[in-house]
Amino acid sequence: MDGQMDKKTCSQINGIRTEAVDVVIVGGGPAGLAAAVELYHKGIHDILIVEREKQLGGILRQCIHDGFGLTRFCTTLSGPEYAKRFIDEVEELKIPYITDAAVLEVTDAKLVTAATRDGLRQWQAKSVILTMGCRERTRGALGIPGERPTGVFTAGVAQAYINLYNTMPAREVVILGSGDIGMIMARRLTLEGAHVQAVFEIQPYPSGLPRNIEQCLNDYGIPLYLSHTVTAIHGGKRLTGVTISRVDEHFKPIPGTEKEYSCDTLILSVGLIPENELSLDAGVALDGRTKGAVVDEYFQTNVPGIFAAGNVLHVHDLVDFVSMEAENLADSAAEYIRDKSLPDCPVEIKTDRNINHTVPQRISGTRGFKLSMRVNRPMKDCRIVVRQDGVEIAAKKMKKAIPAEMIQMEIKPEKLKTSGNLEVCVE
Amino acid sequence: MMREFTCIICPNGCEIRAEIEEKEGGAVEILSIEGAACKKGNAYVEQELKAPQRNIATSVLVKGGILPLASVRLTAPIPKGRIFDAMAEIRKCTLTAPVESGTVVIHNLLGYDTDVIVTKDIPENAEK
Repeated sequence: MDGQMDKKTCSQINGIRTEAVDVVIVGGGPAGLAAAVELYHKGIHDILIVEREKQLGGILRQCIHDGFGLTRFCTTLSGPEYAKRFIDEVEELKIPYITDAAVLEVTDAKLVTAATRDGLRQWQAKSVILTMGCRERTRGALGIPGERPTGVFTAGVAQAYINLYNTMPAREVVILGSGDIGMIMARRLTLEGAHVQAVFEIQPYPSGLPRNIEQCLNDYGIPLYLSHTVTAIHGGKRLTGVTISRVDEHFKPIPGTEKEYSCDTLILSVGLIPENELSLDAGVALDGRTKGAVVDEYFQTNVPGIFAAGNVLHVHDLVDFVSMEAENLADSAAEYIRDKSLPDCPVEIKTDRNINHTVPQRISGTRGFKLSMRVNRPMKDCRIVVRQDGVEIAAKKMKKAIPAEMIQMEIKPEKLKTSGNLEVCVE
Repeated sequence: MMREFTCIICPNGCEIRAEIEEKEGGAVEILSIEGAACKKGNAYVEQELKAPQRNIATSVLVKGGILPLASVRLTAPIPKGRIFDAMAEIRKCTLTAPVESGTVVIHNLLGYDTDVIVTKDIPENAEK
């Protein structure tokens, strides 16, 4: 499925016919779509979106529950409807895209190679926008001991089975991890006739949003046990049960607290990891805390002309913020393509031990920007303070701050200086 | 009596405390409400005390489409106690591709002032 492609300047690079294009966007999910539309509105029309799946829309295609769009569109939409608003605009503006095309490599020279239905294709871009989203942590990543039966799924995989492929993967279910997708799947599985026995969370606090505990668990009488985890998996061919243990403050299972649950399905909702293999190949430096790129206020990575936004940059809880971040990115990418460079960003943003991370990690100090962050643990009645050289430049009072919720602050340009690092602290 | 609620209207999930008095015949009077960041929170608590309502999202079968399902949701919430009745009604439906987002699948579901609408375009499957 090809959008309109004008006759391009072509060359041969590494023996592959290579087309010139202003911008390649890697990934046609919410971030990529929003970036494409905003770039177009900023006068950059020579764009190509490369999408791995058969259709645009990314993960939203399987997120059929509603609650999307309250911030961006002031109304509540299901995931597919939210995606459609952007897809319709991409179609209307005739922004070129190809689907069923997996990007294999992005280089620091912004050469992009993809496996497509028409074989290998290659583009020499002036700018590359990374919007590949994230993937789920798996059992392997957790190292749960026990047997290796079928019946252990990540929440997103179970969601795809039920919502896209009409396959019911479960009858008796235990869920490990209180991430939002896990809780949403607890409700979804219940609606489709499965019995969800409980959700277990290793942390002493939930990792998903309070509204999902209410409307996905409490509404259906599904208990949530904090400070608990799966310590063994049983079954030959198919899962027959799991052992659950209480954990201490160091997440070590407490002997003697084991309890057996018989079930045919274990759903894992234990975190999301930005998908950055392509970024690493391109020489993009990652932040160990976000597992996404280190970016400046322009969403530019350490490789000039390569930008990142959305879940590939840092995991978001709301798609609305993904779209808005990608739109901000697009404004900068348009500026980069016109001016061939962006201002230096020498000012670093540091955090105290209460803040897990910030995005961006570097700024110019010449203009205002939006600071995104997450706290490390739940806190009440606190104040988040941003200082430069010890001088307070912004503060936000919070009735509650929880790790499940990304916090954003508008930093105004007036008080910013072009030298002296910023520190973000909780008081 | 004090009751605590987590508002589900938006991702803020405000923790709302309401002081209520139970009247004869099961009616409830709200004496005070605090903790909501907007007035929708108060309305949510009032509704929760009177008759809790929920929206649901599920899918209906599609014949001849690029996917076997079209996602659907309700245009307005229904009483919480009728969710499984609604699921049973929706499960009876089958559509034929192409299906367009916004198409009404069931008008006035279970007699309530709410429609079941498709939320995803499902084009016809050309590769046969």
